[in-house]
Amino acid sequence: MEMLSHDILIVGGGGAGLRAAIAVAETDPALNVAVVSKVYPMRSHTVSAEGGAAAVVRPDDSFEDHAYDTISGGDWLPDQDAVEAFVNEAPRELVQMEHWGCPWSREPDGSVAVRPFGGMKIERTWYASDKTGFHMLHTLFQTSLKYDPIQRYDEWFVTKLLVDDGRCQGVVAIELATGRIRGISAKAVIICTGGCGKVFPFTTNANIKNGDGMSLAYRAGVPLKDMEFIQYHPTGLPFTGILITEATRSEGGYLLNKDGYRYLQDYDLGTPQPQPVLRSMELGPRDRLSQAFVKEQEKGRTLKGPYGDYVNLDIRHLGEKVINSKIPFVRELCLKYENIDPVTDLIPVRPVVHYMMGGIHTDIHGATPMEGLFAAGEAACVSINGANRLGSNSLTELLVFGARVGRAAAEYASGRNGGGRAVAAQAADEEERIERQYRRGGSRSGGEKMADIRQRMHDAMESGAGIYRSAESLAQAAQEISTLQDRIQRLALDDSSQTFNTELVAAVELTYMLDVAETIIHSAIQRTESRGSHQRTDYPERDDDAYLTHSLALRQPGGAPAIEYQPVTITKWPPGERIYGR
Amino acid sequence: MQVTVEIYRQDAETGASRFDTFIREVDPKDRVLDVMMEIKDQDDGSIAFRKSCGHGVCGSDAMMINGINRLACQTLIQDLKGSLIRIEPLKGLKVLRDLIVDMDPFLASLQKVTPYFIPKTTAPVREQKQSIAERQIFDDTTKCIMCGACTSSCPSYWSNGEYLGPATFVKAHRFIFDSRDGGDAERIEALDDRDGLWRCHSIFNCTDACPRDIKITQAISELKRYIVARR
Repeated sequence: MEMLSHDILIVGGGGAGLRAAIAVAETDPALNVAVVSKVYPMRSHTVSAEGGAAAVVRPDDSFEDHAYDTISGGDWLPDQDAVEAFVNEAPRELVQMEHWGCPWSREPDGSVAVRPFGGMKIERTWYASDKTGFHMLHTLFQTSLKYDPIQRYDEWFVTKLLVDDGRCQGVVAIELATGRIRGISAKAVIICTGGCGKVFPFTTNANIKNGDGMSLAYRAGVPLKDMEFIQYHPTGLPFTGILITEATRSEGGYLLNKDGYRYLQDYDLGTPQPQPVLRSMELGPRDRLSQAFVKEQEKGRTLKGPYGDYVNLDIRHLGEKVINSKIPFVRELCLKYENIDPVTDLIPVRPVVHYMMGGIHTDIHGATPMEGLFAAGEAACVSINGANRLGSNSLTELLVFGARVGRAAAEYASGRNGGGRAVAAQAADEEERIERQYRRGGSRSGGEKMADIRQRMHDAMESGAGIYRSAESLAQAAQEISTLQDRIQRLALDDSSQTFNTELVAAVELTYMLDVAETIIHSAIQRTESRGSHQRTDYPERDDDAYLTHSLALRQPGGAPAIEYQPVTITKWPPGERIYGR
Repeated sequence: MQVTVEIYRQDAETGASRFDTFIREVDPKDRVLDVMMEIKDQDDGSIAFRKSCGHGVCGSDAMMINGINRLACQTLIQDLKGSLIRIEPLKGLKVLRDLIVDMDPFLASLQKVTPYFIPKTTAPVREQKQSIAERQIFDDTTKCIMCGACTSSCPSYWSNGEYLGPATFVKAHRFIFDSRDGGDAERIEALDDRDGLWRCHSIFNCTDACPRDIKITQAISELKRYIVARR
């Protein structure tokens, strides 16, 4: 097969991927860098982030405080060397965004405005209205256009990593507009494909978030780290799962149960005050708030709606002016999708799958254990998020580690040779596999229906690996996913076209999601403790003696992954109690 | 409730087109995108359309729904009058297959106005200052999601594909009216051209079509005035 070739290939054109591309271009302008994305970059899920991006900016704030908030928020699972690098480089990255034109909201003196956020001790969340991710993504996309060495393959879908001699040397991708399958060789590959919320039925995540890169790395033999840790955001709209940003609570919103009672006070999160109090009540961490919802539900104190149980988010007391200036998009979403006006009405909300703390195992430069393969953003696990990410750390993470991984990959690729004949042969084999498995079959009678498999995966994950799990619920989910892995081999497909065969893409994405689901479940089975977002009803306590460790899920031929462990890096903050509101 | 959904189909290889009709039971709060995904799951897996965020910020799924350009994820069944839903691709852009149009000319047009930030002064160590009022001036035009609904609703664009089109003007406005930006000269050269601003006849289709409610025609007239004042 005739191969395309670049020095550095980035898979994914969201915030991390674009930041990495710019870092490559700035580190070594002689390098030829390409971004391969299954959607146009501005369609990437970074666009949906609302609340803001955290970095120390106020004189009364400190790197130590940001680090401590992040580490205690992550229930002592973050690697502390990674967190220190993160908090140190965060302000520089956000200022850099300002220099690239990001339209940050402003204070009266013209400096960048900051707001409080959940689990943070002080106001350090930079924001651009309540569309921070949107503005950051567009700023990065615009800036990337300045650099001639950055080429783009928009609407190309990656199906395989090319690995030879233990080194990642490129990818195979389908050009969606033509259906052509091409090998693209590279000296270094960076995966920035985001998370995999679509493994679950109820999620804030975009339709495109299917764990593509996680699965690609996993299939190539790279471990996935801490996959059992899944963030439920406490406030999603019941029917659609559309996110109602944490900024509603940092501006002063209350969470109320069916009796109009601020129930978080019953869950060791502090005592209610009229004004928002940092690291307290509604500004507690997301894992604790989502768990409190389930407990309220068990007590029968949530409300019943046509689309499931819910509680109310009350921002009426903020007044129309504050709502319009600080969180206008929240009002727009409520009016559009729920036909309610938060100026006068309560907003129904319930926990919704939002973010993967886990991902591709990398070091603090974004390098994976496989030579030539790097990762950053939600697809990766460095780890700074540990067992629970704090709101507004992920936008900053994709900048800090996007830049780091770009520099590291540039350094790696400079002066190195590209992929050889062996990867071209592999690319040809992959083309044959895609043709055989998804195209030539055409409309196979009696085959499996994709929607059925997806539905069953959703059911298994929701009932087996949700906010609370047990050995029993996880075992059932494991059994089901294993069956589905078998069933998906016999898919019936309707579409045989070469042009924009979106059904083929969805079928491959479903195979990615099943892989990722398997790593989530088996990592959760093995971790017999409760920590952060991973709550085992049969092991309710944190167990630092046994599990102050990262899990590493390694693919095994034809079955469940093997789970290995690696100790957490502790530098300054020994494990302690997570204290909120007292 | 029951709806009848007519979806435009165009074969990529032959160019032959038709409408396929589906009857489905839906929730009035369903997004049109939900219904399309359901049809694709249950009735015909070969229907081709783009989708991503599902709530109106990524700009993937602009299409013509009952004759009006809008986002399928931002249009609820209850927003449409009656139970007939007719879904067609955006006009003025080449249909590649079914509801998927060629976005490349649209994006190429944006490139002509230098669509990135050009600092006015050497950047300070910290952030550049900008007052709340200065930030507000270009707030509306920062909201563009690049979905193409405006440009593909513009009769001037239909009749001349070289015309820069409203989305490109919105992008230019976002930078020209940003107090920190100093790249006017390059942008104005492209705008003050035969295929630039002056081909806009204030028909307001773009403003009506914008799913983010950007006052596009107003932004265009602000640009026109700005250019005239500089002459």
